[in-house]
Amino acid sequence: MPEIIKRSKALSVSPLKASATVGAALAFLGFRRAIPMLHGSQGCTAFGKVFFVRHFREPIPLQTTAMDQVSSVMGADDNLVEGLGTICEKSRPDLIGVPTTGLAETQGADVARLVRRFREEHPEFVRIPVVPVSTPDFVGCMETGYAAAVKAVIQELVPPADQAGTRPGRRSRQVNLLAGSHLTPGDLEALKDLIELFGLQPVVLPDLSDSLDGHLPEQDFSPLTVGGTPVGELAQLGDALATLVVGASMCPAADVLAERTGVPDFRFPHLMGLDATDALVATLAEIAGGPVPAKVERQRAQLQDAMLDCHFMLCMSRFAVGADPDLLVGFSELLAGTGAETVAAVAATNAPALRQVAADRVQIGDLEDLEHMAREQGAEVLIGSSHAAHTADRLGIPHLRAGFPLYDRVGAYQRTWVGYQGSRQTLFDLANLVLRLEKGEIPPYRSRLSQKPQGERGGAEEQAA
Amino acid sequence: MNPKDIAALLDEPACAHNQKAKSGCARPKPGATAGGCAFDGAQIALLPIADVAHIVHGAIGCAGSSWDNRGTRSSGPQLFRIGMTTDLTEHDVIMGRGEKRLFHSIKQAIDGYRPAAVFVYNTCIPALTGDDVVAVCEEAERRWGTPVVLVDAAGFYGTKNLGNRIAGEAMLRQVCGTREPDPLPEGIERSGFKVHDISLIGEYNIAGELWLVLPLLDELGLRVLCALSGDARFREVQTMHRSEVNMMVCSKAMINVARKLEEAFGTPWFEGSFYGVQDVSKALRDFARLIGDSDLTTRTEALIAREEARVDAALAPWRESLEGRKVLLYTGGVKSWSIVSALQDLGVTVVATGTKKSTEDDKARISELMGKDARMIEDGNPRALIDLVREHGADILIAGGRNMYTALKARIPFLDINQEREFGYAGYAGMVELARQLCLTIESPVWEAVRRPAPWAAGGGRKAATLGAVMGSWGSAPVPSADGPPCGPVACGNGSRSEACADVGVEVSHA
Repeated sequence: MPEIIKRSKALSVSPLKASATVGAALAFLGFRRAIPMLHGSQGCTAFGKVFFVRHFREPIPLQTTAMDQVSSVMGADDNLVEGLGTICEKSRPDLIGVPTTGLAETQGADVARLVRRFREEHPEFVRIPVVPVSTPDFVGCMETGYAAAVKAVIQELVPPADQAGTRPGRRSRQVNLLAGSHLTPGDLEALKDLIELFGLQPVVLPDLSDSLDGHLPEQDFSPLTVGGTPVGELAQLGDALATLVVGASMCPAADVLAERTGVPDFRFPHLMGLDATDALVATLAEIAGGPVPAKVERQRAQLQDAMLDCHFMLCMSRFAVGADPDLLVGFSELLAGTGAETVAAVAATNAPALRQVAADRVQIGDLEDLEHMAREQGAEVLIGSSHAAHTADRLGIPHLRAGFPLYDRVGAYQRTWVGYQGSRQTLFDLANLVLRLEKGEIPPYRSRLSQKPQGERGGAEEQAA
Repeated sequence: MNPKDIAALLDEPACAHNQKAKSGCARPKPGATAGGCAFDGAQIALLPIADVAHIVHGAIGCAGSSWDNRGTRSSGPQLFRIGMTTDLTEHDVIMGRGEKRLFHSIKQAIDGYRPAAVFVYNTCIPALTGDDVVAVCEEAERRWGTPVVLVDAAGFYGTKNLGNRIAGEAMLRQVCGTREPDPLPEGIERSGFKVHDISLIGEYNIAGELWLVLPLLDELGLRVLCALSGDARFREVQTMHRSEVNMMVCSKAMINVARKLEEAFGTPWFEGSFYGVQDVSKALRDFARLIGDSDLTTRTEALIAREEARVDAALAPWRESLEGRKVLLYTGGVKSWSIVSALQDLGVTVVATGTKKSTEDDKARISELMGKDARMIEDGNPRALIDLVREHGADILIAGGRNMYTALKARIPFLDINQEREFGYAGYAGMVELARQLCLTIESPVWEAVRRPAPWAAGGGRKAATLGAVMGSWGSAPVPSADGPPCGPVACGNGSRSEACADVGVEVSHA
């Protein structure tokens, strides 16, 4: 178990962390015809919007309760009720998520009560679900807020089995997938394909691979998300055969889902590398009650071959990783699985999952901490978001882009890191970065006694001088 | 910040918006609001000052999603690109430890990065809990000897525009006038060549476009004491009070700075733009006119004649491609007319322009440029913009980055004109880049490809795909399908489309 070193300095420099508020917004963006409305100042939303637009290169539906000076001091209750009414009136969404900001929480907003007030004042919108979630930006990070929003959706919209009349396994091919914030749309696509290979039907919660996968829809404009988990599916999660949970951050949400539905769940901290993917595939075979498809066996063999090819470069190589906890755990274990070392590990916030990081120390901190740690430890490759590009430049080492945000590469948000194929590509990319370091190169020795032309002999400088 | 101070900033006598019943912008509507907050505006206005440590005092929401995301460039220090925040925790908020954390943060920034100054941006949470940021900043400056400038710009104070003014006010009150300009280097001035000091207010050096203008000013003997704030240094801002003339560049955002510098130091100022051949020339002439140095006037006219001839030649081939193209422009304030004139210089027709943030003055200029029945767009919600593009048969939408993906999803060519963009359009040289970027997107073959239905889809007058139908469509490439939104009116009556199709047709027949 690594030593967890807590934040000890006053100023955060080159922040690694994005807020819990935007994390919650991201989770809501994984539902169909949904829109998050942040309860705070309009800047909270504007910044969040730019953050996601630059990462996904997609239009992002995001609204605000637009707290101003008067409502910040005197109370913003009316803003929230009015905002909900306006959105319902204009776009009739299938879901409105209401993450709070630090401003609203400091003021002491009671969003649950306000949603009740909205229900009383607007009975005409009774069928439009509204899910509030407390995500002040002074607690946790993006991963925290995302997980809290998924949990809130389950609490609000998945009815207990006895009320809904659901029964585990009634839909004998359905598998629920609770997807953590470290998974990309590309990851989710790969996981859905894998699950389908076993003849099972995945219902992903939330499904960013259906809303923010970067596809050109028929429809020219939508004020809401154009894909994602259909909200109507939530009532049927209780009929599934099993639930797969990916990411330790999703455990609280999984607990609620299991308690409400009785559907058995299988939990995976991450799905990077051979061991993690083996665990998933074995589980799927067990759930499906059949053999592992030949195609999957083949992919496994391909990953094993890649591990052989890459171990020359990766074994004993030194990596620096900065990320939210689940992604940090995933990378550190993938690297450890090839004999590489995570010599500098920084997480945006503390979480129980960090106990599993395959490193001696994990610093809770920022990219400045990562830079210092990487320099001190002689890291050779850096893994982190686009913000870490400057860090890698200053360190003079190559940089693999992963995490949030990725704004300086087209399509980076879509790449697949997990499963046999995703892990294989990740190993190739990491090994190629290490190859660029030309570690085996021996500096030429020039003998002063040699007969080579002048300038190629040793001691040439002294002679010239 | 007191409500009284905010009201004072909103009441800007030099701004034409003041004539209306409401000054500034109306109260934002919950659930239907776009745009940033006062903190956003203040940060945009000052972040380009490159050698300053910019500390955001607040929780991670303010800095975490916004650091290092501007297109502004520095010719020297890169300190401004390093995000710094006190990243307040729940403990800090509840126990009132924000002030202490800020105090130590300022020290940490000074020790670690040796900045020319520290700017502290106060945000919503500490403003609500009442951190005494004024006292902290004063004490920090006293204790460590580095200037510490408070920019009290909590998001809930108001809009982005208010934030711009707060930023300007902070510079006026705390920075301008704290240093005298450096003496001119030896051997620059000579008989008939006197150097005059000027400042540019509201020029942010997006994508480095200031550097397309600076050589011209150098040649004329106009020393830019400070561009507020593109590629600026703290020591430059300190000397702004010594300008002979100030230019408000293409934005009313910091109009308070120009006005108050005039009040305090009698510095004349004018509003101008570096976008478009005519506007660049006009700005240069305005400097000469206000300075009133006949040698300068002569030099200016010579330079304008030379540069206009040069850019005219460089633009000729582009004008040929752009002739008759129609543009729908949606951007804020002054750019609603300054860009119109730039586009007209290229021979492009502007069919409509956004006027949401424009003043009556701006609108008068638009009418002057585009004629009496110029279409002005007040409400630029995405749906309305798409419909307008279709209605006018526009070839391209020019707007801020926020609308980029809206346009692309509607299969409409797009050019980004706001601060995140990666290309500079200022000065004479910038016009060539603007022309190139317009042609690049309008003439791209991708538009035809994304509007065309799949060969097996029913639509465009053809039934399901047969081999014959597919071959047929190759043979008669330029005919677009006339129905269905993806191939709708954007495509019709627009020369680029048939050209693009013809290109595809040629390539395919070779293959």
